[in-house]
Amino acid sequence: MTTLTSVPRSAPVDAPPVRFRDLLASEWLKMRSLRSTPWTIALTVLFVLGSTAVATLADKAAGSGPADFRPFDAYPPAGYWTLILVASSMGALTVVSEYSSGLIRTTTVAVPARGSVVLAKAAVTAALWTAIGTAVSTGCFLVSQALVNGRHAGVPITHPGVFRPLVATALLAPVCALVGLGLGVLLRHAAATMITSVFVLLMLPTMFSDSNRWSADIKHAMVSAAWNRLIENWEPDPHSLGYSATVPGSWVVYVLWPLITVALAVFVVRRRDV
Amino acid sequence: MIEVSELTKQYGDKTAVDRLSFTVRPGQVTGFLGPNGAGKTTTLRMILGLDAPTTGTATVNGVPFRHHPRGLRHVGALLDAGQVHGGRSAAAHLAALARSNGIPRRRVAEVLQEVGLAEAANRRIGGFSLGMKQRLGIATALLGDPPVLMFDEPINGMDPEGVRWVRRLFRRLAAEGRTVFLSSHLMSEMENTADQLVVIGRGSLIAAESVRDFAARGTRRCVVVATPQATELAAVLTSAGASIEREGSAGAEKLAVTGLPADRIGALAFENRIQLDELTTRTASLEAAFMELTADSTEYLAGQPR
Repeated sequence: MTTLTSVPRSAPVDAPPVRFRDLLASEWLKMRSLRSTPWTIALTVLFVLGSTAVATLADKAAGSGPADFRPFDAYPPAGYWTLILVASSMGALTVVSEYSSGLIRTTTVAVPARGSVVLAKAAVTAALWTAIGTAVSTGCFLVSQALVNGRHAGVPITHPGVFRPLVATALLAPVCALVGLGLGVLLRHAAATMITSVFVLLMLPTMFSDSNRWSADIKHAMVSAAWNRLIENWEPDPHSLGYSATVPGSWVVYVLWPLITVALAVFVVRRRDV
Repeated sequence: MIEVSELTKQYGDKTAVDRLSFTVRPGQVTGFLGPNGAGKTTTLRMILGLDAPTTGTATVNGVPFRHHPRGLRHVGALLDAGQVHGGRSAAAHLAALARSNGIPRRRVAEVLQEVGLAEAANRRIGGFSLGMKQRLGIATALLGDPPVLMFDEPINGMDPEGVRWVRRLFRRLAAEGRTVFLSSHLMSEMENTADQLVVIGRGSLIAAESVRDFAARGTRRCVVVATPQATELAAVLTSAGASIEREGSAGAEKLAVTGLPADRIGALAFENRIQLDELTTRTASLEAAFMELTADSTEYLAGQPR
């Protein structure tokens, strides 16, 4: 037996190093090569900006008192529930569409490191939705202030109490998109994923109230309740009968939801048959 | 080289693949045959690391495929032509796959040219016919210029020109020293393409040998005789030890004789003054060998109570 026998070629010698950024580029290519992506994003942005305009115009109180930033004019729940819905669905679709078409098998044969694929999808989704969230959040601020400016009540973006609502709103989109993506990997079926993400992100928080300690604790652990707290630029009334979420706690909620769902997704995808 | 050893996959109490062992060698086209539900696709998926085997191992060039962080340079595979996103163009689909493996973009145009889809490169895959999707799937498999290629039912939906092209392609890939492994439930397809066969039924190995050996051990040679005196000839041949099956319609009746060679049948007819209109030796077809060997292991028989 000699060690000089030729081994069957297992890979051509010119194989380049394995790079995570190749996966990022690949997922970004997949994302932008679908015609539905820009259309859905454009329509959603327009709708959310419109909801801000409607909420601001309908708010008779705006401009009657001293000039201050009124976050629920700039960031009305109706518009942002829609953003939550679209961001979580689009995040879910990046994986669910691969499962429903079977493309996931083609992808997995190309990249057997399954966890890396999920992480690359999550990174691209997070980047895209952070960009969209920032544009929407800033846009809504500008729209609402331009409208109240007509009543001489507008504030500049540097006004105290503007920055945190603006950032929290910008990050709402990537948080929800990542939760949708994680649930998509875990559930794989389009309908089941959509219903679950709408349920946990939108319906579930409304089941719980601020009036009981335990009920309030559950509610405050939800993404939409955390967003609500983070855009309130006033301190909670100390004499209020309801329990109020804390600002640091709400930021933790923002971090934990996407972190846990994506970590679970990576864990499960490596152990499950494709 | 693909090596499968004692591979088993169970889903609940159902055993889809049962202690399967075989080797697929480079430089040849190896056909993977079995009736529907025999476990072919499950086996291919385990080789590709998509499904984890319950027990046993499958390696490609000595390494379990799942251990490669990127796969396209090691194995090219077409499992199901439908495993694409209908909203993307063929070029975008391939470009994304190429990018994930650090394969230069020019390969996309090259493989599209190779499979004859250059004109359709920028059309949405959703509008492709099944034959075109098969070509795209083959393009995907060729993208990384891999030493091992696996195709699951690649002929489905292809027109006759496409079938001829794909056969030439498989032969060429094998001649280049690559391992070519293709599954089919159509025996006739293998007759024209494969050198070696791996035949399975109900998840177990039935045969792993050359196409020629496989055909030879199937149906015994059969001789077809046409005669106006069918009843008399049948009696003579039966007493000489042959078994007879009647074929054709009344008036143009033929006897299919097994157990006697054609010259012996001719001699017996001559001795008994029986007129023969036709005497033909029918060589055992691969199809017949396949049917005979897998008859006991067919999962879904038409008309069978389930």
